[in-house]
Amino acid sequence: MADASNTDAFVEFERVQKSYDGETLVVKDLNLTMPKGEFLTMLGPSGSGKTTCLMMLAGFETATHGDIRLGGVSINNIPPHKRGIGMVFQNYALFPHMTIAENLSFPLEVRGMGKSTREEKVKRALDMVEMGSFGGRRPAQLSGGQQQRVALARALVFEPELVLMDEPLGALDKQLREKMQFEITHLAHQLGITTVYVTHDQTEALTMSDRVAVFDDGRIQQLAPPDQLYEEPANSFVAQFIGENNTLEGVIKEISDGRALVQLDGGELIDAMPINVSEVGQRTRVSIRPERVEYNKDRLQEGVHTLKAEVLEFIYMGDIFRTRLKVAGNDEFIIKTRNAPDQVRLQPGQQIEIGWLPEDCRALDA
Amino acid sequence: MSDTTQTGPVLAADGTPLKRSLARALRMQKMRALMLIAPLLVFILLTFILPIADMLFRSVENRIVSDTLSETVVTLKDWDALGDEAPGEAVYESLYYDLFVAAEAKEHTKLGTRLNYEETGISSLFRGSGRKVDDVGEDHVKAIERANDGALKDEALWFEIMTGGSSAEGNTGLLDAQRAKLSQLTGDSFAGDIGFVPGAEISALFPRMATAYTDFALFTAIAEEDVVAEEDPWETVFVAFATAVQSAGGAEKLASYTGPGAAELTAAAEALAELEPISFKAAFLDMDEDWGDLGNWRTIQTYSPNYTSGYFLNSIDMQKGPEGAEPRPENQQIYITLFQRTLVMSLVITGSCILLGYPVAWILANLPTRSANILMILVLLPFWTSLLVRTSAWKVMLQQQGVINDVLVWLGLVDDAARLVMINNQFGTIVAMTHILLPFMILPMYSVMQTINPSYLRAAKSLGATNWTAFWRVYFPQSVPGIGAGSILVFILAIGYYITPEIVGGTKGVFISNRIAYHISSSLNWGLAAALGSILLAVVLLLYWAYDKIVGIDNVKLG
Repeated sequence: MADASNTDAFVEFERVQKSYDGETLVVKDLNLTMPKGEFLTMLGPSGSGKTTCLMMLAGFETATHGDIRLGGVSINNIPPHKRGIGMVFQNYALFPHMTIAENLSFPLEVRGMGKSTREEKVKRALDMVEMGSFGGRRPAQLSGGQQQRVALARALVFEPELVLMDEPLGALDKQLREKMQFEITHLAHQLGITTVYVTHDQTEALTMSDRVAVFDDGRIQQLAPPDQLYEEPANSFVAQFIGENNTLEGVIKEISDGRALVQLDGGELIDAMPINVSEVGQRTRVSIRPERVEYNKDRLQEGVHTLKAEVLEFIYMGDIFRTRLKVAGNDEFIIKTRNAPDQVRLQPGQQIEIGWLPEDCRALDA
Repeated sequence: MSDTTQTGPVLAADGTPLKRSLARALRMQKMRALMLIAPLLVFILLTFILPIADMLFRSVENRIVSDTLSETVVTLKDWDALGDEAPGEAVYESLYYDLFVAAEAKEHTKLGTRLNYEETGISSLFRGSGRKVDDVGEDHVKAIERANDGALKDEALWFEIMTGGSSAEGNTGLLDAQRAKLSQLTGDSFAGDIGFVPGAEISALFPRMATAYTDFALFTAIAEEDVVAEEDPWETVFVAFATAVQSAGGAEKLASYTGPGAAELTAAAEALAELEPISFKAAFLDMDEDWGDLGNWRTIQTYSPNYTSGYFLNSIDMQKGPEGAEPRPENQQIYITLFQRTLVMSLVITGSCILLGYPVAWILANLPTRSANILMILVLLPFWTSLLVRTSAWKVMLQQQGVINDVLVWLGLVDDAARLVMINNQFGTIVAMTHILLPFMILPMYSVMQTINPSYLRAAKSLGATNWTAFWRVYFPQSVPGIGAGSILVFILAIGYYITPEIVGGTKGVFISNRIAYHISSSLNWGLAAALGSILLAVVLLLYWAYDKIVGIDNVKLG
């Protein structure tokens, strides 16, 4: 197997399984390899096993089967406090009875560092998150965003090589969350630390990560950089879960030259990229991103199949227009268009013809 | 923000200060809230605060001496308690009249009991003297009665003499004064028409006699519901007359008397001339030689004021002497030891409750809800069992022929001849009370621990703390409010506990509360019980204050 000889591998999960009750597996056969310095996000709906994976890595849960390695060394039997992994908790878990400085000093104290070293490191860590003047306060006296920064500083102050974050931005409002997303990624890359970040917010995952592992049903459905994940979802779960997506169902009519001809259930024919379909006659779910649908005939390529559509609703959203259509029996078909000066505003009841590039349309498992 | 430039109070829209219009708006709400709690407030006031205040007041109240011996305490005031002379004739004279009335009202035994708390033997002195006080001046009384062929045996004549005749001027002031005195003495009302008003002339000439007859008249008419003119006057009236005419200037006074019965009284005075004047001192010493005992008189003088610190001094093993507070004799000192024992044992009980309760509370707080609920029932089960049953169960368990000893003997750990003494001592009290008070420690700890998020411990461990460090530095400080709340609860309950020490405490394991109960129900020394209770209350409040200063009462959470 790929053991310590793989120098790139810093964090490794090898055939890891986890069961709480001995009857069902929460994590099924997880294999994951992370190089040093990577920012990896575990994304998935609740109950998909992502937090369990994080807790196994931190040492608060033990793997039922398989091996977890850190820097080539198996950590299955190392207690959490010896793993040297920084962790940021969902509720920050700042010790309420200690001041901010004492909170930061805690990991240094238990490591037996001298007072002057501790003070210097605490000051540096607080300055790093721009909280230098808050050392004397108690956690309850800080706002959510400030507590978040302190929690981050505390996880970093003892200079761990790996930092785990468990939905750390969940409790913040949207604006602050976006700001913190940027700051966290910036800090992680600047310090060169390896980060495992757990979230159920796909925007967060896409904007922050080097790679995203999409979890569902105890398995990694796709592990890919954000752009690839969005544009080339490997299966229909990922396509559905990441971003907005239009789905049409049908049967494969023909596969040739990397193109598939799909006959929709209403009889219409469309072109698509075959992703995880291989046989003619197989049922398929065709996925198209709303922003890749074109209804301006001039912009459509010659020779592609088009579909008739009826405009049901037009929603003005400022920077974009969002239009709901009825296409091939599906009345939840969404298209998004940029609010440009020459853009046509569709009216409900209008009959139009829509089409797309075959590369943007992916035929996935049904 | 725009208000920063404005000076003076903020105004409401109608120009009144904002504070006032806010107060007006809230007043209605406050009134409604007050109405809602009013029934409870009244209930607590009537059933809790007033009785306690009354009880605490008894710890300093001492009216019984001045009420019963109203004249004696005045004449005794000038007596030099530190000298080696018994009080003079005047004091014994006052005592005679006071004691006579008290004996008629049967109040003298109560006073005896009260003073007996301070000086053993006074109770029997008063009881015996109350019986014999009628005999003082016996010869003089007989002489007066025999004179004039027994004219002064006539109740109606006495009535006429004392009123001064139907048209004479009355001394209502004296009547009202004696009414007030008697109602203070007996606690009953002496209001109402008695068909008698002392005559002004007789009360000016023979004040003592008029007073004595007025007491008699009031007592006869109101307490005994008889007609004054039809009853024999008390001996005090005769004695007062005899004393008056035999004293210096007495003959002239009698000569100047012109009212009814002047001739009979003059004849009686002549009959008395053969007799020596009455010596009250000799009469009392004759009754009981303890009336010459300086200690008794000192006690009466010391406890003459209406309010006394005596009960409180007694509660701290001191006593009130003529020179002020002084320590009680060594063999009578008990309360300081009891207070110390109560405090120390309560602390030990609180400590053992913390040690036993903390792990239980921790397990309760960290178990899944289902299992925690089952365990919680086990914790609460003792609450549903009678306190008496639980304490008695310990008696069965701990006694020398009890379950624990039997098991130890059977195991061979303890020799049959040397069974452990685990009951009727401090050990028994501590064990039983720790068991009984444990839930009061566990519940507040549990509710505080429940609020401690488990992620704190995880965070501490992820930061590199060992299990112990994580517990000690992170978990324990956050659970301290629960320990504080439980400790206050257990300690305050323990310090006033009564039933359990009474049953399993023996003599070495009893608390101050057992002594209070003894004084309330057996010795009936309520003043001392109240003083002991007040001290206990003060100690609890003091400890509460100290706790607030040290830990801060805001840090106490009951849930």
